[in-house]
Amino acid sequence: MAAVSGLAGESAPDAGQVRAPRRMRASRRGRLNLFRRVVFTLFGLFFLLPLVALLRDSLEGAKLGTWSVTPWKQIASYPGVLGAIGIQLALAVVTCVAVLLLLMPTMIWIKLRLPRVSRAFEFLCLLPLTIPAIVLVVGLAPIYNKIEHYTVATIMLFLVYVILALPYAYRALSAGLNAIDATTLSEAARSLGANWFTVMFRVIAPNMGQAIPNAMLLSSALVLGEFTIAEILNYVTLPVVLFNISRATTNAGVLFSTSLAALLFTFLLLLLLSYVGRRLSRGRG
Amino acid sequence: MAAVAATNTTGARPERAGRRPPLAWLGTVPFLGYVGVFLLLPTAIVIWNSVRNTTGGFAFANLKVLGNSAVRTYFVGSVELSALSAVIGAVLGAILAYAIAAGNPDGIVRRISLAGSGVLAQFGGVTLAFAFFAALGPTSGFLLHASWYYDFPGGITLIYAYFQIPLMVLVFLPAVDGLKVQWREASESLGGSAWHYWRYVGGPLLAPAFIGATLLLFANALSAYATIQAWENQIAYTVPQQIYIAINSEVGLSNVNYADVLALGMVVLVAIIMTGYALLQRRAARWLR
Repeated sequence: MAAVSGLAGESAPDAGQVRAPRRMRASRRGRLNLFRRVVFTLFGLFFLLPLVALLRDSLEGAKLGTWSVTPWKQIASYPGVLGAIGIQLALAVVTCVAVLLLLMPTMIWIKLRLPRVSRAFEFLCLLPLTIPAIVLVVGLAPIYNKIEHYTVATIMLFLVYVILALPYAYRALSAGLNAIDATTLSEAARSLGANWFTVMFRVIAPNMGQAIPNAMLLSSALVLGEFTIAEILNYVTLPVVLFNISRATTNAGVLFSTSLAALLFTFLLLLLLSYVGRRLSRGRG
Repeated sequence: MAAVAATNTTGARPERAGRRPPLAWLGTVPFLGYVGVFLLLPTAIVIWNSVRNTTGGFAFANLKVLGNSAVRTYFVGSVELSALSAVIGAVLGAILAYAIAAGNPDGIVRRISLAGSGVLAQFGGVTLAFAFFAALGPTSGFLLHASWYYDFPGGITLIYAYFQIPLMVLVFLPAVDGLKVQWREASESLGGSAWHYWRYVGGPLLAPAFIGATLLLFANALSAYATIQAWENQIAYTVPQQIYIAINSEVGLSNVNYADVLALGMVVLVAIIMTGYALLQRRAARWLR
């Protein structure tokens, strides 16, 4: 679901240059500033208050209205939670790696050798946006039921998650790939005797800057919150565990502490990756 | 022997200039194979099963289930929720996008808003339902004990707005950024008021992007399942929830691959909407250069 955020990401950078707010008439400027202040306050409250409530409930003691850190301690002790966190993180990592390994060589190959199929390729990559996860899972259930005879480990969910992550990873990577002159780079490398492996992983990939961390961030954010497919195929991942806890006890403190921890972790991931990405692009000058 | 091999390897070079032998297609095989097995095959299975009965014969009459009054209720519920949350998300998101665009393009406010939108647009899973439950739960809400929390579509629309508004900001901001200040100045120097500007210049320019983005939000809400399932799992209001029930209960409607038919209905609906989105996006792109 989420985020077609990649869609916007591409066109955003060239945005700013056209506007010059300084040249506005003073009266309109004042009104505009007031408008902005009101808008940001209201929206800020709307987006912050549920998070504050989450924080408050994650510090709720056994009796309503008291404070306690027990819910946070329970993340480690509550049955199933810690294991599910481990699986979720492993899924995120494996999915990131798999989607990059699948997508990057193909994208570079198509860019250099088969540019005429790039439209069809783009269509395939964006197709999962138009096929809701719930539909995908209906079609997958028979396949997974067949291979379930061989007891499939939860980690194998990554096979489907790669498909879910495809559109976002594609958007991020194609922005990076289009920003460099891949043809010239590869011709230079090839004329110096590099093979295709070297061209892809040692020449083009390092030049794609923030595109790769972006693709990884979007993919892992997607995996960390994925619920639909795991639940329906009967795999016990973190969101499924939380969902089951919420059905058993609506007010379990561990629910709120784990949710908040997961959210904060995603925020951190975003910060970290954008920091790494900026350092990468600065290092190259 | 050696000579033949040599001509083969050197012969492989010039193809880059002109002819493309089948070799170039080999590079796409892993990708095509993967997408084939995990995306195209499941979709094909859904379509195939939806026109077959449980004993293996063809039964196009299956599709009549979509006209069934109980099934219609779920589609109406889905469309109602998606439309409401898309329109609210689009209007509020557009206002926020305008407020962001009016500020300093390199400013901290813009940077925080964009990064925040990126995260919150993804924040649609079960945790979102828990956060709103913590804030507005009917008996234990932190802010208020909202009796309407479990109302459909009112309560869940508010929750959906939490990821729809950020998504709108991400999709719509480039269009708002594309409004040139010269257009406004031209309008003002010709004596136009703010109303004239929005009625005759800004509004028509932004309309395709706005409608397109609204369609995208609609499709986004339509496919959403985790949040509504965690919000209220006893009653099925939407098609995805009903699909879940159909998969998990052995007894569906007799002799019909119920889940597959519902899924097919969703695919058709989303495909129509996304086509409209793509067309409008192309129309909007004209002014974004």
